[in-house]
Amino acid sequence: MAKSKFAAVAASIVGAWAFSASADEFTEEDLALWQAEYMAAVDVGRGVFTDPALGTNGVVCAQCHPNGSNIHPETYPKFQKQLGQVVPLWVMINWCIRNPLEGEELAADDPRMIALLAYITHERRGVALEPGKH
Amino acid sequence: MVKTLSRRSLIRGASALTAGGVLDLTLVNLAFGQGGAQPDFTFAYISDSHIQHVKGTKFVRNWDRGLKRAVAECNLLNPKPDFVVFGGDLAQLGKKEELDHGLELLSPLRYDVKYVLGEHDYYLDLGEYWADKISPHYYSWDHKGVHFITLNSIVTHDEWTNKWSSGEERMGVMAGLDDPRGSPFMVGAAQRQWLANDLAKIPKSTPVVVFSHSPLQKIFKNWNFWTDDAEEVQALLAPFDKVTVIYGHVHQIQYNQIGNISFHSVMATAWPWPYPESYSQAENYLPVITVPMNRADPFHERDATGWQFIDVQTGNLAINYSLPDNSPRRVAFNPETGMPEDSEFETRSIPPQKHF
Ligand code: HEC
Ligand SMILES: [Fe+2]
Ligand SMILES: [Fe+2]
Repeated sequence: MAKSKFAAVAASIVGAWAFSASADEFTEEDLALWQAEYMAAVDVGRGVFTDPALGTNGVVCAQCHPNGSNIHPETYPKFQKQLGQVVPLWVMINWCIRNPLEGEELAADDPRMIALLAYITHERRGVALEPGKH
Repeated sequence: MVKTLSRRSLIRGASALTAGGVLDLTLVNLAFGQGGAQPDFTFAYISDSHIQHVKGTKFVRNWDRGLKRAVAECNLLNPKPDFVVFGGDLAQLGKKEELDHGLELLSPLRYDVKYVLGEHDYYLDLGEYWADKISPHYYSWDHKGVHFITLNSIVTHDEWTNKWSSGEERMGVMAGLDDPRGSPFMVGAAQRQWLANDLAKIPKSTPVVVFSHSPLQKIFKNWNFWTDDAEEVQALLAPFDKVTVIYGHVHQIQYNQIGNISFHSVMATAWPWPYPESYSQAENYLPVITVPMNRADPFHERDATGWQFIDVQTGNLAINYSLPDNSPRRVAFNPETGMPEDSEFETRSIPPQKHF
């Protein structure tokens, strides 16, 4: 379900580009459209974040991370001691999908992963970037 | 201080030994003064287990393990606690299967259990199964000179409660801490009247201990760390010399002092919650005297979860947090400053980690 909605969003972005008049101009309408597309991805992401079917045990991300809190997207990429390397945010998202949700990992470019990233980052808007920070 | 540490370390050692068999905890004695009309005693507090049904015989393993562990450790307490309180949110979605399974996991407890109702137990059937099979929603009793009161603090406006097409839908919305379609918790006029009548019979010098699920103070509306009529309830408690409120729901350590009323939260056995400040888009009023817990490490399943045993000394309370994956903490009322404090944690050379 989330998937097909996301596909529709992607298709309309392609549509919008096709009708652009020139490379160096954009209008208020363009901005409004792009913002709407972004917010649509955020909304899909909130759906995935609260979707009991993302894992296998009915547990959802929002149970432990209300409003996406304590995910700290602004600190990624960072070194994760337990993983032994510097990782981007989606790798830690997969860690939580595999463990508390007892689910299957998502590919980095899975539309549900992209939507999760949009939602999680949106809830943290305005916070300064601090890559690498613990 | 030393005596509680030794008791804690014994419990921790003992839990590691349970597989090995016989335990002797009789070395541990609490040498509290027995002066005055109120003998000292202890009770234990387990809360927020969120037993979650998956399908058939399957329940979320992680939450089951938290409750099982708390029950097993609680049974090792010596001296024995006078009773155990379960602080609410036994179930995740209020289902009979979840409440029944939760009771099954609580059944090895060797003590009397008093129950507080949480929103996850309530919003499916408005607490019908709870009242029928487990406990009244609110009640009071006296124990060794202390007046205990359990409130149902998680009701809300009738218009909200009655607007859903089914109990499942209503429960699903209230179960989402951050769901903007939710509604603030309250004790409500009827129960406040009951409370006023109940308190009218009690001398003002009697220590009063209140158990509620939500904080009877306003901390963070966004996540319902909040009770809408908190001030009205506090006003009813204000005339008493010594009042302590213990609440669950927040899945983290909080403590506060408002006038004569001490507030303490208890931990969840299921999972921890971030402190409100970690949500950058909304204002919060975390009590300034609270020294926050360290950030949880997701690689340790039980990190920042736990249960507590509580010392009652001449009507003042000390909460001992038993945290399987963390150093234990003790938050005790200090008669000199007139507020709860965690003297050990506050003076550690490593300051509490408030930030990631
Ligand atoms: C059982 C509770 C639980 C659930 C469910 C859960 N997490 Fe976590 N997660 C945690 C805890 C605890 C942390 C550590 C928080 C901290 O670092 O302060 C964490 C950390 C993270 C981190 C790393 C944060 C950082 O600061 O580096 C990410 C990313 C994350 N979770 C994403 C998710 C996503 C996405 C989901 C849903 C698929 C999810 N989590 C579900 C408990 C949970
Ligand atoms: Fe809870
Ligand atoms: Fe709760």
